[in-house]
Amino acid sequence: MKMEQNVDYLNVAYGPRSWLLSTDHKRIAILYMISITFFFFVGGFFALLMRLELLTPQGDLVAAHTYNELFSMHGITMIFFFLIPSIPAVLGNFLVPLMIGARDLAFPKLNLLSWYLYIIGGIFTLTAMITGGVDTGWTFYTPLSTAYSTTNVIPVVTGIFILGFSSILTGVNFIITIHKMRAPGLTWFRLPLFIWAQYATSIIIVLATPVIAITLLLLIVERVFGVGIFNPALGGDPLLFQHLFWFYSHPAVYIMVLPSMGVVSELITCFARKRIFGYYFMAAAIMAIAALGFLVWGHHMFVSGQSVYASMVFSALSYFVAVPSAIKVFNWLATLYKGSISFHTPLLYAFGFIGLFTIGGLTGLFLAALAVDVHVTDTYFVVAHFHYIMVGGAVMGYLGGIHYWWPKITGRLYPEGWAKFSALVLFVGFNLTFFPQFILGYLGMPRRYHVYPPEFQVLNVLSTAGATILGIGYLIPFTYLIWSLRRGKHAGPNPWNATGLEWTTSSPPPQHNFDKTPIVTEGPYAYPPFEKTEVVHGGS
Amino acid sequence: MADHSQAAHAHQFDDIKQQHEADSLGMWVFLTTEILFFGALFLCYGIYRHAYPDAFASASHYMDVILGGINTAVLLGSSLTVVLAVHAAQHGERKRLLVFLVMTIVLGCVFLGIKGLEYSHKFAEHLVPGVDFQYAGPQPGAAEIYFVLYFVMTGIHALHLLIGIGIMTWLAVGASRNRYGPDYYAPVEVSGLYWHFVDIIWIFLYPMIYLIHVYR
Repeated sequence: MKMEQNVDYLNVAYGPRSWLLSTDHKRIAILYMISITFFFFVGGFFALLMRLELLTPQGDLVAAHTYNELFSMHGITMIFFFLIPSIPAVLGNFLVPLMIGARDLAFPKLNLLSWYLYIIGGIFTLTAMITGGVDTGWTFYTPLSTAYSTTNVIPVVTGIFILGFSSILTGVNFIITIHKMRAPGLTWFRLPLFIWAQYATSIIIVLATPVIAITLLLLIVERVFGVGIFNPALGGDPLLFQHLFWFYSHPAVYIMVLPSMGVVSELITCFARKRIFGYYFMAAAIMAIAALGFLVWGHHMFVSGQSVYASMVFSALSYFVAVPSAIKVFNWLATLYKGSISFHTPLLYAFGFIGLFTIGGLTGLFLAALAVDVHVTDTYFVVAHFHYIMVGGAVMGYLGGIHYWWPKITGRLYPEGWAKFSALVLFVGFNLTFFPQFILGYLGMPRRYHVYPPEFQVLNVLSTAGATILGIGYLIPFTYLIWSLRRGKHAGPNPWNATGLEWTTSSPPPQHNFDKTPIVTEGPYAYPPFEKTEVVHGGS
Repeated sequence: MADHSQAAHAHQFDDIKQQHEADSLGMWVFLTTEILFFGALFLCYGIYRHAYPDAFASASHYMDVILGGINTAVLLGSSLTVVLAVHAAQHGERKRLLVFLVMTIVLGCVFLGIKGLEYSHKFAEHLVPGVDFQYAGPQPGAAEIYFVLYFVMTGIHALHLLIGIGIMTWLAVGASRNRYGPDYYAPVEVSGLYWHFVDIIWIFLYPMIYLIHVYR
């Protein structure tokens, strides 16, 4: 309020038109942030109902069919409408041009179109969910989805098909922007790791998404016309569907987690006041994960009846993914070593990410082992494993990033005390929710059932209690971040004394980011270049 | 009017050269996604042809090799006119640009017309899976998969061509307003890339669908 004379991207224009027709990457990022937050709470609502049902061994809250719909819609909403767009479409959209010293993405109109496609896809899927839902699981396996399910498969799949183009447009935009629009002096190996992560993610999006698009289109054709592309009764091959589906959906895991890895690298260097340990290896590891991610999809199909020799190769390749992943974890720890660490909220999230991602990654190795996988296939062990990666990893990274760049995005500081508290609540709630599920799965509790033997109740009650805490943990930041929009302290351009071009602009940044194209003369993370290394809450 | 070749670059770019490079690379990356898109279809085709080689070969007897061949020639011809259009744009020859764009549009429409004729024959012969499929040859189930793939692959290809015709029309309007010249021809060039891609897809589709019975 004191700095009203500053024209920034938020106050340059007002009114719905200035937002809904904006081609400013920062405004589109905000549009995405609002949309994915909405879908996050929709997906969370489905999860809450599931956990409530699982409080008791009997099916007393919902019937089996309703439960099938709940876990399907939870998965579809969270994966396609929250996790995949989360960091790229919000933080990536906002930060990629700022971090590389550009005035906008290469194709601003396509960027806006991508948001509209997201919304159109969302309307399709949401309408289908409200008018009856879908019960095939987020995997849409055939012939269940094409010949047997009586639910709204077609509109849901159509929504996801449309959404795919939204992803592709974002991916193309990032690749071109990073290739062609870097500021003078900003060579590839001076790029922040966040940019490397966005780049690798975009490549995965561009190469994998079209495959799921055509697969879903074939699914629609099969269901509408009753023909046998994937239906064995009509001469089709259901394994072909699974191969095509996982050819996208395994790399999609890296679409979710690689951007978080990029975020964590920014957070750790800033709050340890150190250069990243092993920059080249960190960048190479990101690209290696992206590449290897395309070669391991068959580990989702160990019990599907695919060739055992194929399974052995997929198993071995899956182990390879552990190498670059471990390089990243070790290098983050090495970066922290002897750093001057300040425990601000973003760093707490980064710690959460490292711990939970490590557990998720290691249990992934259990699952990549053929014999162990047969034992725990389709049990809660798998559910716990991928939630450690997707929620423990991806969501922690997203929230860490949101906190770290909140002052840049909004010009306001969030309340540090509440933020630290909620980070702790989330960590506790998360582990209480999902750690018992490892044990449940190992003991043999299958996923996707609404009833279970009474001896599993204690662990399920723990899990539901954890989910409640987790839910509260998400509501706290939601509340104080909105509160901070009006009441938070003014942040000033660089509240963390961080390096990086995005911190050289005012907060919030001006409409075209930089008045003058910046010139870069050194590598990223040039800490500690500052006199005062302690960060501050008291900006202007 | 009056903006002959003086097209200012968009605000996010430093100069027109950077914009041109970005447009060009953007189209190549987009075409990469298209290759994966059709690639998945080709994979399905490959797997089912491998599973049912005889059924596919006998089903392909129902294709009209002549009409398909004419269409191949039409589409190759349209690629030539696109190349000439790009050349004309680069050299600021507005009239020629307009002529070649219109020729491209006409050839695209001819292709779609012939394709529509072939589709109508398939309806008449009861060879449309899911709608009206009565097949007298061996392995009707496998043959049905062949026809599903035929309609999906050529249908998506035709949709791409339709979009291409739309783009060419938009370029023709721009050309008539003198929007392109030696300093600013990227839209013509990258649209040309797209057109060639659609052409190349057909170069694969034609033998895969029409010619597989020839050597059996």
